[in-house]
Amino acid sequence: MFPELNNFNTTRAEQGKLTLLCDAKTDGSFLVHHFLSFYLKANCKVCFVALVQSFSHYNMVGQKLGVSLTTARERGQLVVLEGLKSAVDIFFRPREEPHPLQFLREANAGDLQPLYAFVRDTLEPVDCGEAAWRCPVLLVDDLSVLLSLGVGPVAVLDFVHYCRATVCREWKGNVVALVHDSGDAEDKESDVLLNGLSHQSHLILRVEGLATGFCKDVHGQLRILWRRPLQPTTPRDRSLTYQYKIQDKSVSFFAKGMSPAVL
Amino acid sequence: MAAAGTCGTGTRSTGSMVAAASTNNVTSFQRRGPRASGADSGCSRLVSIAGTRPSVRNGQLLVSTGLPALDQLLGGGLAVGTVLLIEEDKYNIYSPLLFKYFLAEGIVSGHALLVASAKEDPADILQKLPAPLIDDSYKKECDEDVCSHKMEPDIKMKIAWRYQLLPKMEAGPVSSSRFGHYYDISKRIPQELIETSKWHGFFLPEKISSAFNVESCSLTPGYMKLLQFIQNIIYKEGFDGSNPQKKQKNILRIGIQNLGSPLWGDDICCTENCDTSHSLTKFLYILRGLLRTSLSACIITMPTHLIQNKAVIARVTNLSDTVVGLESFIGSEKETNPLYKDYHGLIHIRQIPRLNNLIYDISDVKDLAFKLKKKLFTIERKFAVKKTPYLRRLQTLKNIYGENCQLGDMICCPKIKVCLSNKEFIQSFNV
Repeated sequence: MFPELNNFNTTRAEQGKLTLLCDAKTDGSFLVHHFLSFYLKANCKVCFVALVQSFSHYNMVGQKLGVSLTTARERGQLVVLEGLKSAVDIFFRPREEPHPLQFLREANAGDLQPLYAFVRDTLEPVDCGEAAWRCPVLLVDDLSVLLSLGVGPVAVLDFVHYCRATVCREWKGNVVALVHDSGDAEDKESDVLLNGLSHQSHLILRVEGLATGFCKDVHGQLRILWRRPLQPTTPRDRSLTYQYKIQDKSVSFFAKGMSPAVL
Repeated sequence: MAAAGTCGTGTRSTGSMVAAASTNNVTSFQRRGPRASGADSGCSRLVSIAGTRPSVRNGQLLVSTGLPALDQLLGGGLAVGTVLLIEEDKYNIYSPLLFKYFLAEGIVSGHALLVASAKEDPADILQKLPAPLIDDSYKKECDEDVCSHKMEPDIKMKIAWRYQLLPKMEAGPVSSSRFGHYYDISKRIPQELIETSKWHGFFLPEKISSAFNVESCSLTPGYMKLLQFIQNIIYKEGFDGSNPQKKQKNILRIGIQNLGSPLWGDDICCTENCDTSHSLTKFLYILRGLLRTSLSACIITMPTHLIQNKAVIARVTNLSDTVVGLESFIGSEKETNPLYKDYHGLIHIRQIPRLNNLIYDISDVKDLAFKLKKKLFTIERKFAVKKTPYLRRLQTLKNIYGENCQLGDMICCPKIKVCLSNKEFIQSFNV
């Protein structure tokens, strides 16, 4: 986790929140690593739907951030659904038992019901007496890949809705999902998904590349938008903007124009 | 020794080393481990494979793309297990060159090849590969192409390091170079090299039989067959670690030409809303899944300029690891522009993956142009020029504020401390 990002109070131990990570013209996957390491360190039970990269990628970055995903997986704290590996298994070695990603087998990808069932079975709080984890967390990297694989945006929205109802409301857990904003590529399905999710989420972290193009010292801009604040006294829809630079083991944040390279 | 100690603990290293026979975690991403002590079998059985090298940054295994200049731009080479997508130039003149370089590099390094095409028979493609240059003939090529800004070799690099990108500055291939070779496009590769190499061809018209069974998933039949072919080769030849008897590991280089074109049975280039719109993206996803679990690297050329739906191009880019776009000047107004008279086109590095890392190797130089000389394909920094004060200031500005800004732009920030002695420069800002 990045200590500076924590200081922005994005990840207080609030429960029942949907956090939306959104990136436009740049790569926002560093936020996924942040939340993954944060929740693992906070002793939460995490279900990680990793559709974009292989497990060892997340593991190696996690080690730089101070968590070991393999240990967490062995302890039962972390359950990872590897999209790339499962796709190969489903496609080339078809078996009859249902798989969370079995929509890959079908011609018209239906809905994500099996995936929701997998999430529900994984995060269901069990009443055994041993060390209980704190709130359950669902982390998805990322939802836009589901659109590329033929799932309709409404089906993805339904899936998120079901997860929110179960994980956030019933079990007081958190859901974090990454979505790509296609910008001027006019991807209607992606816009539907993004708008629908923005409306439902409590916290939006939007990562954008600089408008002037690539820069060596400032990698982009992060906008944090709090919607639906949980205390009634705070003003609605507070937002903050920072610029950031990604380094080897952390990310440094600074106010706009205050990059250390310039000062 | 420390090396043996870390190997013994195992928890950190098993995930990152290539587990030779295990079926569940054979990834091609390998950390540059401690020297092979040989004692522990969980330790690096990282017998070095010919034609590969670990990345300087994170020990990832890299292969050469066949063009050392492009290797440098991609951070040392193409990572094993990833896809390199080349967005074809408009008339498909220069992208086949990159494709051929990749395959020729595979033959010279002794890798296995898998060539897939819907247009040309793979055997013919292999016949037309360029011949590798041996050392002294490369030096002769360099001398013949002396340009006005060739530097004397004994002047130390006092100017900005980024000029190192000019491939003329690099020494020619070292006699025993095992990573990155130079090729002569005007000559064909010797027949004996092709015959000693191990290659598999996939020519679509031969593989699609008239009786095709209705596939249950939404991939077009051509893609379906290609995926099955690739998976078959990977499994049979043991590139995914499934065959533990194989002592000598090798890399499989996959080359797919003109993916997405109508010849593959995909009408994504023909209409904007096509029925098989998810076929290409699904194919790429499953292909990447195959690559991640095997010792292979793939180059795909795609005519993205023909794809009508821009959203699909964005999705394809997101699903590929490294994306390089070629833009040739033929037929555009840039052809007659005197600024570009030395070059044949521009090369855009659109995406470089962050693998096992938060950061990635990206070169600062974004404006790159290519030139096809008689025997070589070179990539150079656009307008590699003398260091006038104006351009030095401009480059500093671009480093700080991004590529698209110009001198004189209003920049809103509270303080600027610029370490240049030129007063004129600082005055051009309203501070």
